[in-house]
Amino acid sequence: MTSNLAVDVRGLRKSYGDLTVLDGVDLAVEAGTVTALLGPNGAGKTTAVGVLSTLLKADAGTVRVAGHDVVAQPEAVRASIGVTGQMSAVDDLLTGVENLRLMASLHHLGRHDGRERADALLAQFGLTDAARKPVSTWSGGMRRKLDLAMTLVGAPAVVFLDEPTTGLDPRSRRTLWDEVRALVAAGTTILLTTQYLEEADQLADRVAVLDGGRIVAEGTPAELKSTHDAGSLDDVFLRLTEPTPEPSADPTTKEVAR
Amino acid sequence: MTTVTIATTTAGARPLADTLTMLRRNLLRAVRYPGLTSFTIAIPVILLLLFVFVFGGAFGAGVMPGVAPGADGRAAYLDYITPAILLFAVVGAAQSVAITAAMDATSGIMARFKTMAISSGSVLGGPVLGTVVQGLVAVAVVLGLAVALGYRPHAGGLGWLALAGLLALVTFALSWLCVAMGLSAPSVETASNTPMILTALPFLGSGFVPVETMPAGVRWFAEYQPLTPIIETTRALLAGTPLNTSTTLQALAWSVLIAALGYAWSRALYRRERR
Ligand SMILES: Nc1ncnc2c1ncn2[C@@H]1O[C@H](COP(=O)(O)OP(=O)(O)OP(=O)(O)O)[C@@H](O)[C@H]1O
Ligand SMILES: [Mg+2]
Repeated sequence: MTSNLAVDVRGLRKSYGDLTVLDGVDLAVEAGTVTALLGPNGAGKTTAVGVLSTLLKADAGTVRVAGHDVVAQPEAVRASIGVTGQMSAVDDLLTGVENLRLMASLHHLGRHDGRERADALLAQFGLTDAARKPVSTWSGGMRRKLDLAMTLVGAPAVVFLDEPTTGLDPRSRRTLWDEVRALVAAGTTILLTTQYLEEADQLADRVAVLDGGRIVAEGTPAELKSTHDAGSLDDVFLRLTEPTPEPSADPTTKEVAR
Repeated sequence: MTTVTIATTTAGARPLADTLTMLRRNLLRAVRYPGLTSFTIAIPVILLLLFVFVFGGAFGAGVMPGVAPGADGRAAYLDYITPAILLFAVVGAAQSVAITAAMDATSGIMARFKTMAISSGSVLGGPVLGTVVQGLVAVAVVLGLAVALGYRPHAGGLGWLALAGLLALVTFALSWLCVAMGLSAPSVETASNTPMILTALPFLGSGFVPVETMPAGVRWFAEYQPLTPIIETTRALLAGTPLNTSTTLQALAWSVLIAALGYAWSRALYRRERR
């Protein structure tokens, strides 16, 4: 069947009360490729990543990750994935190296291998100098890099990155891009969300645009640009996604200004 | 003890190793952030000093017929309340794990753990076991202070072992309950609200004054609430007197029941979608 699909989503629906966030999402990511999931704020990208990573329960549809169904075999899915959420997920009271060694222990790497893996990742992300200071004293970008490094400790087969480069300086962003390319070269599958469309253009084999609860366009960056007769993915994005309604003028603003 | 923690074995996860990893993380955090631990030890210490030096002179004469108020009363009251203060230390330690659990749940790190192949029993069991360690340390500090003030326990070697086991079991049980309370709190600030109820329990029992002196309704509660058989068993173990079988069994049964309920509730909350 579709055994080379690392992510296979069909008819995914998810609502919060009356708010339907995902309204029949279909998405397929081939193993060893990068897919970028784009969409305006509030489109449901984080919600989709939540369902794929077993954090949230779908209302309908089937979701398979690394060949396992997220409902029937959540443990098998968890054993195959690495997730960097939009929200920081580091232990503030521990140091950088302690955070990474914690991940290594939870992946049962063993003392020696765990230490080597932690040191290698610290070096890779340029965090070696700060490694022995508590993470609470780190800058936002440094914490983001640690977050990503922690996700990679277990060498997961499928990686979900929710806006991984938000808050990173241009150099760090490029370092991360190189990192992603290296992971993919080694056979890892990556699904990432981003608001930097240049990032999608640079990195992604395929791009999917989520809007109004559905995937409204899907293809390679070149395909999307040519079908929509656009010079950049920015233009594609603007043409495809409905404009967010202007926030209605706040009556209190005038009061305050007066 | 760990049999409860590792009740479910999951593919990929190694429950015992993962629980120990989480225990290590919890103790490391306690060292890095000693405020919470010191607070939980300071409260029973202050309470002991307050009850002995402020109330003891008068209360001692009340709980021990024939004892004169003043120094003799203080000594008698120290003798009477030390078991209850130890329980207070245990309850205080358990309450702190509600804050620990809420901190993890709201910070994003628990979301990371949830996406990894680790069982809920390990993620939550680490802090619970860490709390047992902290609870026993608090008990040792309070007991040391009581002895310095003139308290004389008469427990034998086996009695001490049984006492440590009982207090560890009670901390373990209350900690699971408090983990659930912490997970059900919407924020870290409110995490200690529900467990606050537990603070009243050592008072509403035979720990500070004999239940015979209470009005009917309160007395009924005091006689049947879980901490009463636990305090009475602690008292007997410290005094080196023979244990009352029924009271001891009640103490153990309550502990096991609270542990089981707290564990089941915690696990259910762990996999719940957070708003
Ligand atoms: N726990 C929740 N309860 C209620 N509504 C929620 C919850 N989480 C998300 N939502 C709503 O679901 C919608 C999708 O949110 P989501 O975070 O998935 O969007 P997103 O595409 O990731 O946005 P962004 O680009 O801003 O990160 C939003 O309207 C949001 O308000
Ligand atoms: Mg998002």
